[in-house]
Amino acid sequence: MADRRLLLLLTLALLSVLFFMLAGLRGNIAFVLGLRGLKLLALLQVALSIAVSTVLFQTVTANRILTPSIMGLDALYVFGQTALVFLLGGLGYASLNGGFKFGMEIVLMVALAMALLWPMLKLRMDMGLMLLMGVTLGILFRSLQALLARMLDPNAFAVVQGASFANFNALRTDLTLLGAIMTLVAVAFCWRARHRLDVIALGRDAATGLGVHWTRSAAGLLLLVSILVAVSTALVGPVAFFGLLVVALAERVVKTQRHAVLLPAAVLVAITVLVGGQAVLQHALGGASTLGVVIEFVGGLVFLILLVQGARK
Amino acid sequence: MILIENVSLSYRDVPILRGIDLALPKGGITALVGPNGAGKSSLLSLVARLQPLQTGCISVDGMPVDTTPSRTLAQRLAILRQDGIVASRLTVRELIGFGRFPHHQGRPGALDLALVDAALDQFDLAALSDRFIDTLSGGQRQRALVAMTFCQGTDYLLLDEPLNNLDMFHARQLMRSLRRIADEAARTAIIVLHDINQAAAYADRIVAMRDGRVIVDGPPAAVLTEENMEAVFGYRIRIEQIAGKPFLMHHL
Repeated sequence: MADRRLLLLLTLALLSVLFFMLAGLRGNIAFVLGLRGLKLLALLQVALSIAVSTVLFQTVTANRILTPSIMGLDALYVFGQTALVFLLGGLGYASLNGGFKFGMEIVLMVALAMALLWPMLKLRMDMGLMLLMGVTLGILFRSLQALLARMLDPNAFAVVQGASFANFNALRTDLTLLGAIMTLVAVAFCWRARHRLDVIALGRDAATGLGVHWTRSAAGLLLLVSILVAVSTALVGPVAFFGLLVVALAERVVKTQRHAVLLPAAVLVAITVLVGGQAVLQHALGGASTLGVVIEFVGGLVFLILLVQGARK
Repeated sequence: MILIENVSLSYRDVPILRGIDLALPKGGITALVGPNGAGKSSLLSLVARLQPLQTGCISVDGMPVDTTPSRTLAQRLAILRQDGIVASRLTVRELIGFGRFPHHQGRPGALDLALVDAALDQFDLAALSDRFIDTLSGGQRQRALVAMTFCQGTDYLLLDEPLNNLDMFHARQLMRSLRRIADEAARTAIIVLHDINQAAAYADRIVAMRDGRVIVDGPPAAVLTEENMEAVFGYRIRIEQIAGKPFLMHHL
């Protein structure tokens, strides 16, 4: 049954991709297709990395409501952007070498994630305590960012605004290839670990009893999560609720938590929502709204529904 | 053989285990008894490498538990924890199937599937095999967890209060299954038990603990005396001989 549902999701995802590529095609067709293809590649990559990273994060933390952004990763990203603009000025920031900046962003975000996780793994710190640390760090970075933003001149502030919201129209297509390689490598690791992930989902003690080296596995998986989040954030900016939305949807469609099914299902839902949503907004609604806002709105609602459902149980 | 040498454990300066030395040879049933907070569960989780060792060393068949690869140990030793919480939403059959994971790493073969079916039958779970764990009663869930531990097919079974929530019928059935695998397959079971009369009836050896120390250790007939039980549990228990086994009137 799960296989048939997976096939349905695959069809939906393919339809959205076709719609995105072919809707309202006119003018120099080769040029338009090339442009859209590049954009599609970036969108696919964002869908892949956010879906997979959210599933992994929820499995390791044994919590179906958390997403990596709760660890303060996106807040750090926005803070980093603001700090760069503050130090270099709006023009200096705009003239930075894209590849170099991308690399630095990823290294920084992975370093933060590991700095957060290392104490937990060494001291066997409670997962709840660690998440609290993540939330607190998120507030710290947001406050620092707000402080810097107050001291910026209006032009530079506009540059920061552009960089700190998810934007699916102004994708960083120049970084797509580098990002795609990193994403694919990380996702390949996750796919190889899919059976081990099922065991990890049983919880720390049960997984250890079944021969999984917990500390090593958790560290490796969280490293993968931070790389995936870093890549997608660097490409489109922070999206808080997107991962939550697609994983919750996927789980309800395939009705299983086996990773061999859940991982592809989440990726396919993410592709449908992201690529399909972008195409509908562009072609059917004439760009009336930005996809980032719509996704955050719907995702926020799903978050609230999950909370209420959890409270009732 | 499980060798525990000079093992101490403390949690935030509160001593939990104090210099435990125990040798548990292969085969037979060993029961760990003692009042709450005696350190029985902590000792089991140290043997099963669920907690890091602070001092001393523990080895299973000569393999130190802190340095041997986790998967190698999982093929020799299975543990059932006291708080059998299952984090994910699984059916009974899926849960029991995880017991075979150390052997097949995610790709179950015909033998693994057959063993899961056998475990379902052995613990009266065949009718429940497609139910989700979170829809079961406490006793049914406990049986599913015990079945998963059995299914791991290891030489050593560490069971932390396996009789929790079980009715008399299933408690007796579990103890008899343990006796059978100990006698026929020479497997080793180490069980934390609160029902001391179950220990008297089924165990080959009883280790009585209190305040992180082993107080008495030996065959049931030698351990279960009124003096020893007063030293362990802190009150006088009348002991009768019924059907050739000591029977503790602990409730009177």
